[in-house]
Amino acid sequence: MRALHRTIAAGLLVLAALVPMAAVHAAGQPASTADHSRFEALKGPFASGPEVTEACLTCHNEAAHQVMKSVHWTWDFLNERTGERLGKTRTMNSFCGSPLSNEPRCTSCHAGYGWVDKNFDFSRQDNVDCIVCHDTTGTYKKIAHGAGHPVYEPTEFPAGSGRMMTPPDLARVAQSVGATSRATCGACHFSGGGGDGVKHGDLDSSLKAPPRRVDVHMAPDGANMACSDCHTFNAHIPSGSRYTTTARDTHGKDLPHDDFNRATCESCHGDRPHAAAGHAKLDDHTDRVACQTCHIPEFARGGVATKTLWDWSTAGRRDADGKPVFIRDDHGHLSYSAEKGDFEHGENVRPHYAWFNGVMNQTTLIDRIDDSALLILNRFAGGPDDPGARIWPFKEMRGKQPYDPVNKTLVVNHVWGPPEDRTAFWNGFDYDTSIRVGMDYAGLPYSGTYGFIETRMYWPITHMVAPKENALACEECHARDGRLAGLPGFYMPGRDRAPLLDLAGFALVGLVGAGVAGHALLRFLSRLLRRRS
Amino acid sequence: MPGVYVYKRFERFWHWSQAALVLSLMATGGEVHGLWHLLGWGRAAQIHSLLAYALLILWAFAIFWHFTTGEWRQYVPTLHRLTSVARFYAVGIFRGEHHPYHKTVGAKLNPLQRLAYLFLKLVINPLLIVSGVLYLYINEAAVRDLGLSLEVVALIHTAAAFLMAAFVIAHVYLTTTGHSVFAHIRAMITGWEDLDHPAPAGSTDTPRPPDRPAPAE
Repeated sequence: MRALHRTIAAGLLVLAALVPMAAVHAAGQPASTADHSRFEALKGPFASGPEVTEACLTCHNEAAHQVMKSVHWTWDFLNERTGERLGKTRTMNSFCGSPLSNEPRCTSCHAGYGWVDKNFDFSRQDNVDCIVCHDTTGTYKKIAHGAGHPVYEPTEFPAGSGRMMTPPDLARVAQSVGATSRATCGACHFSGGGGDGVKHGDLDSSLKAPPRRVDVHMAPDGANMACSDCHTFNAHIPSGSRYTTTARDTHGKDLPHDDFNRATCESCHGDRPHAAAGHAKLDDHTDRVACQTCHIPEFARGGVATKTLWDWSTAGRRDADGKPVFIRDDHGHLSYSAEKGDFEHGENVRPHYAWFNGVMNQTTLIDRIDDSALLILNRFAGGPDDPGARIWPFKEMRGKQPYDPVNKTLVVNHVWGPPEDRTAFWNGFDYDTSIRVGMDYAGLPYSGTYGFIETRMYWPITHMVAPKENALACEECHARDGRLAGLPGFYMPGRDRAPLLDLAGFALVGLVGAGVAGHALLRFLSRLLRRRS
Repeated sequence: MPGVYVYKRFERFWHWSQAALVLSLMATGGEVHGLWHLLGWGRAAQIHSLLAYALLILWAFAIFWHFTTGEWRQYVPTLHRLTSVARFYAVGIFRGEHHPYHKTVGAKLNPLQRLAYLFLKLVINPLLIVSGVLYLYINEAAVRDLGLSLEVVALIHTAAAFLMAAFVIAHVYLTTTGHSVFAHIRAMITGWEDLDHPAPAGSTDTPRPPDRPAPAE
């Protein structure tokens, strides 16, 4: 009973905390005590992003120091569970490859300005980009290969396309700053892997203003929540990490002055959320099944396809005129790109399910790999006997990517360079050169031989939570050939049985049935005989 | 032929509602076990649990009734005339012999029935109840502390369910072995049974009457 009271009290507190937030979103008005358009420092004009940052820092004098400690700035992460040193320049994935030697094309999503090569100065405060996260005008757009800068004069992009990018009005942007939003976070996170929805499968531009059926939390007619409502920021440090997932949150609801981390479902919903709705039995699942498993039946549900296969080994094809080949499928998605190889895409994709305890071992650039079999880039731990593990949904990404079969490492592929850089793969289409240049740039050994290795990568799915009426029905898993048919090691009613017991049981029932049938027949025949005689 | 009022109102209510519950539990339980698809797994599991609660309540009343009326003595096992009853079902029934057991209101179960129902009440039902309740509350702290695995509990429940299914088949068939095919079933519906059929010579003795007064009406 006391636990119940506590739960209700906690629920009310969370509600109370959400109400003003919702009010802010609903009114579209930041409830700030400062009107930034009236600050002298923000009058402008500003010639560049760093000038805006300098102006911000005249008041927010700790902000840049805080950002500099965040992974948004460092791209450097120490996984304390595995001891692995990670980050975008180390961790390998099955998408673009490495930012090394390709910086200007990749660091447009670094929360800063000017990371054009490995000599970038991480200690300069005015390199921090405040407005990429705090813009509320929607006009602050970066150019893809600008190393974090927007354009400062009208620029044709992509080159030769005839489409012009206009420079943002930096003074207006600076005077309109406010809280982060789905749009500002999404500017980078929706486009991971180089395009809309490519990487994650549960993050794409449909989440800017999703219908309720796509995401109950982010839908404007739903909870209308911003990313940071769950991914709580504390002194500019985000919470909720894919490197160290909280696979099972035993802490439950988070109260004010608690752990400042609301990036789990349990943070708001608690760990037994179904009983109040009359579904107490569902609460018996929460210790073993991640909320996401039932509540995200499919990912990429917003009309944006996600990449499910990327095969680098076929890249480089050119037509008879020597022009790189690009092929689009019936849905308008690239199915082949001379720059990148073969692609497959998926919408409304059913996840891959696996036990996961939050411990993930990534493959880094310097790791020796086993090329005798399929390479799983992020091996993760957990099983039915691990109390910290639950069954999670994942996006399975199939890849085939270049590696060094002699040194047994993955490689840095120098894919992007200005047009005159013929060593870049996207200009010269020569793997031998682009890998050699990339590895040399990274200061890593390269044997001079390259091959392609088939890879898999597993991305935990956690966004695009469906309305509860669209959650998975029991029989999606509690069935002989249900969604969890491939997960051994535990007994699940409806899926599992002891074949010997069933055999014995049916034999018993069959024998009794046959016995009574035979008995009945004999009775009938004997009666006929007696009547005759 | 004058009938005798053998099955009292509560007894008949208990019997038929139990029959309906057991059959529904077998239908929904089979679905939970993955044998067939009728309601959808989730609904089958939910209804199975509700029916189980209903059966537990019914059994609570039935046990109370058995003890307050003394009817529990009907199930006291006896070896007396056991072989002749067994011989009847194996041989005599085909020869048109009369049942060697003479049923009375005070001792309405023949020695084979006594054994069969005792097995049902002391082995099959408790197995189903205990494993079923553990199954239902497997995740509650009190049950979890027992350290049972869901698999073991589920398989015991399944095994007991097979025993119950076998019992039901034999039981339903044996109702047809009265002096007419539907005589026993009619008696269980109306309560009245014709016990006055002539007994074969030398078999008029009944088992030692249980040490009890005639059941109160």
